Amino acid sequence: MKNEKILCEQMITGGWNYSRIVKRGQALRLTDVDGGGNASAMLFNAKNFTERFNLGDTLKIQHICRIAKNNCLYSDMGRILMSVTEDSCGWHDPLCGCTHADLIRERFGVKDYQEAHNDFYRNGYDSLLVEMGKYGMTKRDFTELVNFFSKVVVSSNGKMTFVSGNSKAGDFVTLRSEMDTLVVLDTGMHPLNPATEYSRKPILAQLLSCELSTAEDPCFTGCPENGRGFINTANYNL
Amino acid sequence: MQTKYVESSLSEENAVYSEMVKAGDGFLHLVKKGQTVRIVDVGGNQSADTLFFNADEIAERYSVQQTVTNQGNVLIGTGTKLYSNDNRIMLTVVADTCGDHDTLGSACSCESNTCRYALDKRYMHACRETFLKTILETPDMDKRDQVDNINFFMYVPFDEQGNLNFADGISGPGKYVELKAEMNVLVLVSNCPQLNNPCNAYNPTPLKMLVWD
Repeated sequence: MKNEKILCEQMITGGWNYSRIVKRGQALRLTDVDGGGNASAMLFNAKNFTERFNLGDTLKIQHICRIAKNNCLYSDMGRILMSVTEDSCGWHDPLCGCTHADLIRERFGVKDYQEAHNDFYRNGYDSLLVEMGKYGMTKRDFTELVNFFSKVVVSSNGKMTFVSGNSKAGDFVTLRSEMDTLVVLDTGMHPLNPATEYSRKPILAQLLSCELSTAEDPCFTGCPENGRGFINTANYNL
Repeated sequence: MQTKYVESSLSEENAVYSEMVKAGDGFLHLVKKGQTVRIVDVGGNQSADTLFFNADEIAERYSVQQTVTNQGNVLIGTGTKLYSNDNRIMLTVVADTCGDHDTLGSACSCESNTCRYALDKRYMHACRETFLKTILETPDMDKRDQVDNINFFMYVPFDEQGNLNFADGISGPGKYVELKAEMNVLVLVSNCPQLNNPCNAYNPTPLKMLVWD
């Protein structure tokens, strides 16, 4: 991005939770270091957690069932939390959920902390809840998420298919905050990933400073709906 | 999904509960484990925006993402199991004369209408106004309980290029969907008042709710 500057970075271990507030004028760049990674993300208005990413609005406002470059991630208030300014991957899954303890146990067996120390098996749901809990949130704040770097296509009869190999080593996606946004992440595997072994793929999270967006930005000129979302968000930021 | 039109064997006169829900109104009712609830699209192509909560622990609620992930399909029809955020089965669809109900479009709101249609479409009644009113009248519930809902009787097809389209409805007068509760559930419905979408021919109509033991 133009005039970007890396402010700090964090290598998130695979299968782990992470969070940070990304302010307006900043962006979060996620990089799939080894390829085949996944980052489940929940987004909240950093100043009011009851305003949060809304899956239905994001899809129907933009007429999409995947997230890619120049798409916007909407809150339930007609505003844009983050916009996708860069994307070397081309498809991120907003449809599927995350892994739960029972799914991990059924597919990979049990490996607990007592036995394996920090190689123990973790699951997306518990990790995301713990990370949200650090901000005082509870299960009632748990909402829909985006699985970055994962691809699930939907055929005309509704059937979903996980597409392996969507994200290569070094693929990245940049999420520019359009308003101050709390990003809660889990780097656990996608629930439809057919891998036969429990997967731990690290994700590099870089916080960038960047220029404030304008109405002429391709994220807002792609469809008139996003132009109106930009206006709603700009008015909120006054 | 492979739509299977399955008629119910239950007769209306044996229902233990029956209520008409007018367009623009909300509905909240406890359906106990083992009971069956039917939603009837009385006038045809009327969206029944619906949420489910574990009546014994409100923090457990319907999850669209767990439901479609577990099913491997984004459309709801006979046999679909509706999952909670805790990944437990809340209800099972046991009869359905419409099929292919939408899971992903979620509810309309005043705010999203400003993006979808025009900034001056803000002041029109919307499902999330109804959801919030009903939720706030219920002890121990608030806005955080308003997650993405099911739109029974709406049809929203996708394609493999990642596009979503709103299509003409495939429902019709008298079509219904019937669900058996696998736990005690609160059923929350907003009978959609949307006037900007041609799906309901710009004419929102009542829904009928029936419950059997």
